[in-house]
Amino acid sequence: MAAGFKTAEPLEYHRSFLKENCRPDGRELGEFRPTTLNTSSISTADGSALVKIGNTTVICGIKAELTVPPSDAPNRGYIVPNVDLPPLCSSKFRPGPPGEQAQAASQFIADVIESSDLINMEELCIEKSKLCWVLYCDIMCLDYDGNLLDACIIVLLAALKNAQLPEVTINKETDLAEADIQKKKPLKIHRHPVGSSFAVFDDSVILVDPTAEEESLSTALLTVVTDEEDRLCAVHKPGGTSLSGEKLQHCINRAITRNKEIRKLVDKVTESTKTAK
Amino acid sequence: MSIMMELDRGCSNLREYGNEQSLLSKPDGSSTFVQGDTSILAGVYGPAEVKVSKEIYDRATVEVLIQPKMGLPGVRERAREQCARETCEAALLLTLHPRSSVTVILQVVHDDGSLPSCCLNATCMALMDAGLPMSHLFCSVTCAISKDGQIITDPTALQEKESRALLTFAIDSVEHNVLMSSTKGSFSLQELQRCIAISQRASEQIFQFYRESVKR
Repeated sequence: MAAGFKTAEPLEYHRSFLKENCRPDGRELGEFRPTTLNTSSISTADGSALVKIGNTTVICGIKAELTVPPSDAPNRGYIVPNVDLPPLCSSKFRPGPPGEQAQAASQFIADVIESSDLINMEELCIEKSKLCWVLYCDIMCLDYDGNLLDACIIVLLAALKNAQLPEVTINKETDLAEADIQKKKPLKIHRHPVGSSFAVFDDSVILVDPTAEEESLSTALLTVVTDEEDRLCAVHKPGGTSLSGEKLQHCINRAITRNKEIRKLVDKVTESTKTAK
Repeated sequence: MSIMMELDRGCSNLREYGNEQSLLSKPDGSSTFVQGDTSILAGVYGPAEVKVSKEIYDRATVEVLIQPKMGLPGVRERAREQCARETCEAALLLTLHPRSSVTVILQVVHDDGSLPSCCLNATCMALMDAGLPMSHLFCSVTCAISKDGQIITDPTALQEKESRALLTFAIDSVEHNVLMSSTKGSFSLQELQRCIAISQRASEQIFQFYRESVKR
C-alpha cells in the first residue's frame, strides 16, 4: 500500500516522513549514507579507486601520459578530469554524447582541482617546455543514486593518492624520454578537498546526501567543498530556490565535519594498502 | 531604446551598465546587457512547442544555450547553461505553461570579465521583455578576492586573472537571498559572508537599474 502511495504522490510521501524528522530510508536529516572506499581497483591504470556512498557507486581510473607542456604554461603539467554517466547507471541517461549533467560535473571537478590546489602542477613538469605529465582522470558512475559530485571528489582524491608514476629522465644524447618502470613514486597531494551535497526540500528543509528520488523532488541543490584547513574551495548552487544566510552557514558547518570523516577514511585505506604491500 | 547609466559608485563599485530591450524582431523577447566592456545579447522564445521527448506534463521546459564568441560551445558553457537554466526555472512560473518550452539563447559579444553575471542579467531582462510570468526577478553580481584580501565587485578580465578567488552570485528581488552560487578558487567562510553581503547591496542598485530601463 505504501508503494502505491509513493508512486502516486511522491512529494506527499516524502513530506509525511519529514514531518517526523526522518527520511524514507530511515536516515536523519543530517545523516550521510555509509561510505566505503577501495583503491587499486583497476590493475592496468596508474591509480584507481572505487567509492560507494549508499548505492551510488563511482569508479576513477588515472592514466598518466607524457606530453609537451602547453605554450602558455611551459613549466606545468595538467590534469584532465572527465565524468561519464553511462546508461548503465540509471535509466535517466541515454546512450550517445555526454549529456548536460555529465559535462557540468566534469567542469565542476576541473574547477575543484584548480581551486583547491590539490596537486602542484609544477611538480608534474619534467623539463620546462619539453616534457610534462598529463593525468587523465576518468570518473565513471556505475550506479546513480544521487550525490554524484561528492562521490566524484572522494574517488578522485583516493585515486590520486593511490597513483604511482615512474621516474622519467631525458637522455642527454638521444634527447628522448626514458621511463624507469621499476622506480615508482606516489604523487604529492597538497590539499584534501571533500564535498558535501545538500538538497533543499519545499524551500525550507535541508537534507544532507540526497538520494536520486530526493534530488528529483528537491527545489534546490547545493554542494560545498572544503579542505583540511576549513577553507572553502567551492560553493556550488546551480540555481533553484533561494537559500538564506543562516541555512548556508549550517550547511558549511556540516561540510566541515564531513571533511574530517572522509579524510580519516581515505587515510585509513591508504595506510592499509601500504601495509599490505 | 538605449540606456547607459553610471551606477552610484557607493561601497560596491559596479562598472557602467547599459541595456537595450526589444532590439531583435524574431524572438519573443530580446535584450542586450553591457557591463563596462562585457556585452551579452539574449533572445527568448516562449512559450512555444516542445519536442515530445522533452515535454513535462505539468510545467514548461526551460532550455538555455550559450554561444561563445569563438568556437563551438564546450563543457564550460554547459556548466554555465545549467546554472542559468535552474535560476530561470526557479524564477519563472512554469506551471502556467505546461507542455511548452521556453528557450533562452545567449550570445557573447565581448568578454571583459564578469561574464556569468552579465549572462544572467541579460537573461532576466530578456525574460521580462518576452512578458513571461515570473514570481521574482533575479540579478547577478561577481566578486573577486584579490591576493591581498580586498574584495572587488564586477571585476574586469585583468582583475579576474590577478584574483585569488572568483565568486558569482544570483540574488532574487523579493527577499534578497542567494539563488545561485558558483565559485572558483579557495576562500574562508568570513570572506564568503562578506561577498554575499556586498552582492546583496549591489543587487539593489541593479534592480533599480532594471526598473529604470523598463520605465523608458
